Formats: sequence, C-alpha cells, structure tokens
Amino acid sequence: MSNANVSAGAPPPAGTPLLSVRGLETRFFDDGMALKAVDGLSFDVARGETLCIVGESGCGKSVSALSVMRLLPPPPASRVDGTILLEGQDIRALSEREMRRVRGNSISMIFQEPMTSLNPVVTVGYQIAEAVRQHEGKSWAEGFERAVEMLRLVRIPEPERRVKEYPHQLSGGMRQRVMIAMALACRPRVLLADEPTTALDVTIQAQILELMRELQEETGTAIVLITHDLGVVAEMAHRVVVMYAGRKVEEASVGDLFERPCHPYTVGLMGSIPELGSSLVEGKGPRRLAEIPGIVPSLRAMPAGCRFAPRCPLATDRCRTEMPPLEEHRPRHWSACWHWERAQEAIHVHA
Amino acid sequence: MWGYLIRRILAVIPVMTVVAVVVFLILHLNPDDPAAIIAGDQATAADIENIRRQLGLDRPVYIQFFEWVARLVRGDLGSSIFLERPVLHLILERVEPTLALAISTTIFSVVLALPLGVLAAWKAGSWIDQAIMAVAVLAFSFPVFLIGYGLVQGLALEWDLLPVQGFVSITEDPSRFLAHLVLPTIALGLVYTALLARMTRSTMLEILNEDYIRTARAKGLANPRVLLIHALKNAAVPIVTTIGVGIALLIGGVVVTESVFAIPGVGRLTIDAVLHRDYPVIQGVILVVSGFYVLINLLIDLTYTVFDPRIRY
Repeated sequence: MSNANVSAGAPPPAGTPLLSVRGLETRFFDDGMALKAVDGLSFDVARGETLCIVGESGCGKSVSALSVMRLLPPPPASRVDGTILLEGQDIRALSEREMRRVRGNSISMIFQEPMTSLNPVVTVGYQIAEAVRQHEGKSWAEGFERAVEMLRLVRIPEPERRVKEYPHQLSGGMRQRVMIAMALACRPRVLLADEPTTALDVTIQAQILELMRELQEETGTAIVLITHDLGVVAEMAHRVVVMYAGRKVEEASVGDLFERPCHPYTVGLMGSIPELGSSLVEGKGPRRLAEIPGIVPSLRAMPAGCRFAPRCPLATDRCRTEMPPLEEHRPRHWSACWHWERAQEAIHVHA
Repeated sequence: MWGYLIRRILAVIPVMTVVAVVVFLILHLNPDDPAAIIAGDQATAADIENIRRQLGLDRPVYIQFFEWVARLVRGDLGSSIFLERPVLHLILERVEPTLALAISTTIFSVVLALPLGVLAAWKAGSWIDQAIMAVAVLAFSFPVFLIGYGLVQGLALEWDLLPVQGFVSITEDPSRFLAHLVLPTIALGLVYTALLARMTRSTMLEILNEDYIRTARAKGLANPRVLLIHALKNAAVPIVTTIGVGIALLIGGVVVTESVFAIPGVGRLTIDAVLHRDYPVIQGVILVVSGFYVLINLLIDLTYTVFDPRIRY
C-alpha cells in the first residue's frame, strides 16, 4: 500500500472542522429491544478534507451518515444521541423544518445505488432543479439552468440534452454523476458519500473518484466517504476512521494507517486485499489472500470486552472481558486495542 | 406510439369477435324458443312456425350468425321483442343517466380515495391511518343497495335534503341533474372509494420505502413535494389500473343502483329485458358494454405512457 501516500495528495488544510460528530449513538427499537447500531462514534472533517469511514457491512457506517442527515425513521423506531455540529451549529437541536433547510443545502448525501436512488419518472434536470428551487428560492428556469451547469461540472456530455432525460436513459456511471450533481447543486459545505462507487464497474469507479477529488479541489467541500474498500481509502482519504460493530476502533491519517496500523481488525482488512507485485519481489509465487475468520457479531449478541476478540488472532482473556478504550498511541493516531503494539503480527498469523 | 395505437385498435377486432360469438350463442343455447316468446301465450303452433320463418330462425345457425354480424357492422342491433323498437335506439335513450352515474362515481371516488390513501400511507400506523382503513373496510363490506336505502331514508326522506329518486337530464336542468346524482353516486361510489383508498395506501407504502424517496428527503424537500411528486407519480400506474378495473366493476353496481333510485338507465333496461326474456336487448346491451370496457382498457394502457416514461410502445 505504498501508493497511499502518493495518491492522497496534499495533507488537509488546518482549521476548525465543518462537521464535528461527538459520541454519536444510534439505537433502533425492535420488539421492545434496543439495538445499538452506532456506539459512541466521534469524528471531525475540515474544509477540503476527505475522511473515509471504513468497515464491513453492518458496522454502522451508513447508519452514522443517515443519523447525521436525520434521515432515519423517526422515534420511536430509532433514537440518536450525541452531538452533531455543522459549522458550529448543533443540528440535533433543529426542528424538522429547520433541518430541511440544512439538508441538500449545507450538507448533502450521495447514496450507494445510482440505479434506484433517482426517481424513475422524473427528468434528471427536474430532480436537480427542485433542490435549487427549494433552497435558493430560484425559478424553475433558473433551476434548470443550474442543472445544465451542474451536469457540465460533473462532465456529462451534451448537458442541455441530458437534462431533459429520465434516469433509465442514462448508464450507471452517468446516474452517479447526476447524483453528485444533485448533491452539489446548492454548493454544500459537507458531502456524505455512502459507498458511491460500490455499484459501479471498476473503470467507472476510478472516474467517479477522480471527479469527486477534482470537485473537492474546486469547491473545498468536506467529504465523508463511507466505503468497505481499502483501495478507495488509499485513493481518496486524508484521514481514516475504521469502524467495527458500531464502534470506532482506529483513526489515523491515511499514511499512518497503512504504514503502521494499530488494530488487528485494520490489519485483517488490509490482508484481505490483493497486493500487486508482492509475489514477484519475494519470488515465492502468489501470496495467499488472508481473510478475517468468523462474522461480524449481531447487534443482539454483542460480546463482552473487545467486540473483535472472537475473530482476533491476538485475543487474550483480557480482551474477552475488558473493552479496550480508544487511546492516542501515536500523535493523531488512535486505536482501541490492548495489543496495539503487536497489531501488525495479526496478518502473519493469518498468512 | 401511432403504430402501437393502430395495433391496439386492430386487436379490438378478435376480442369483439369472441364477444359477438358468445352473445350470439346466448340466443341459441338457452332453453326458450324465441319464436314462441314473440308469438305470445295464445299463439298456435302455426303462428310460431310463421314467426320463426320470418325471423330466419329456421335457417342454419352459421348463416344466422353471419347475417347477424353483417347487421351489427351496419349498426343494426336488432329490435326489441317487447317494445318493438330498434335496440340501438333503446340503449341510446338510456345511456345518459348511466354514463352520468359512472362518471360522477369515478370522480367522487378518485377525489376522495387518493388523498385518504396518501394520508393513510404517510401516517402509516397512526390513529389517522387506522381510522381511514377501518372506515374503508366498513364501506367495502356494505352492499350497495343497503347504503342506497340508508341514504334515501336519512338524507332524502327524513331531512328532505335531496331528491329521493329519479333522474333529470343535464340538458333539462343542470342543477337538478346534479341533485339527483348525489345519492346514487355516494351509494355506488363508497365501495369503490374504499377499494381505491386501500390500493393507494398499499402502493404508496411500498414506494415510500424506495431509495429515491430517501434521495428526495436528503435534498431537503418538504413532505407535500415528496408525497405528491416523488411518490404519487410513481404510484400512478397501479392506481390508474385500479381505477380501470373499478369502472368495470361499476357496471355491475350500476344495475343495482339504478333499481334502488329508479333511474331510467341502461341498468334498468337490462333488468327489464332479462325479466321479459327480451333477447335482442340483452344481446345489444352486452355488446355495447363490452365495447365500452375494451375502450376503457385501451385508454388506460395509453395513460401509462404519460405517467411512466419507461413505458414506450
């Protein structure tokens, strides 16, 4: 993963965070049972910065983003606790009406499935224009002008024609570009992107990531990129939050994380992606892809102690009884592991 | 689009041919002898034989069928045995009340059911939803004639708010025309409203779980826009289909409603024809109603393209 440092570009500009999440807890209520999908998540994103939240499916990363957007089913079905500051304003304290002015305006979200996330019976131009109309009080004509402008910005050819088309007339990659155009139409400060490239072909993935990076340079939007793909993390992130079973288990700059991971789960994730060229150097034939044994624990049956312990090759009795706190083991590099110094050994145990 | 339209119109031919064969066979598969009915109770065997020859009923069935179809194509539906008048005239005279009732019922039901269905889906699980659905089940469970007599008893007889029964042509007096339509429309429309409201609710509930609804909310759109533009437009195809099916069901209800409210429409004509075994009238009514139904279906298929751009013919 030596390319990580190169492609992630310049370090993020310093400054107060645009989005600051503290102690986020999201619970769902099912049959009178509270299921904690997100447990004490904190993170910051600054202007022009990309924060990647990485983890397996079901670790709570999408739920975190939906909690921030306040798009989860309303209480009593779910409950969100903690502080979410957007440009210093606590958006959890806003009324639903005030929140609507924030959504799609100061903070936007892109979803995983471009095929199903656009309304099939409404033209793409309309779908962009209505957001502009809603937030900036523009006329339909101005909204459509902005739509054309946004489609051009996301490099869709012939935007004047495309603006009148329906989603089914566009390819998957085009639709995700439309989603991005829609999300950026009102020039949000923060963009939450939930697996924006997962449903796309590899070549299209690269184009979409490239586009997001370029647009970030132009607009300075802070991006929270949710992914399960460490390749995407290496490509895009400035900082990385690794989540496991609803909790943050590690946070570091992208360089630190790939160089010296301090959590066996992070090491395990890295072990499960193929490394180009390594076998040639070592001359021992292809390296076997390591996998993390076992499955993510169910929300209904969380292990006591460290949640990763049942799957962790380094786990000791302490891990199984005492939950490790998230500690800053190196400057700006946190992890929640009793054996963080030995974390890198985890890969050798698997391989 | 035009190609599709022409294909669809051509497809009406085999459908109507099947209808024509079935309608024709009604006369020939029933135990009554039409000649005997026309001749009446006092007729001798010779009289009946005479009439049979006059009507061509003694000739081979297939020749009768082709002659009958040839007359149909020219717009001749035959003559009523009892009223001794052309069937087409009888139907045209009675078509206004029936059409007026069908249209007013459809409008009434759609206008009432769509907002209720959308509201119930939006507030799913709340007391509003439960109240709407409880009333819908109730409305669906009462037979048309019971609702009809109840309304007549209350609104017309007790409080004297509306005319009890009968019909006034729109050309004669538009306001009395409307007043006479109110009770039959409610009586006939409640069942249909309940059906449509339930259908709207379940379709909307499904659609409100779609990803694009979440996208719409993520844009910061207000509820009315999310519900009425993003959700309802997607629900339009199943809803329009239900409206179409409802119009077909309505034709059955019209017969009962016209009897309850003494409306001189096609329904009454049909009942009278059945009671008198007036076969040409029965055949004519079935043909006209079938044609109407085929037409409604065609119109509904065409409206799909308006609501869903993915449907192209």
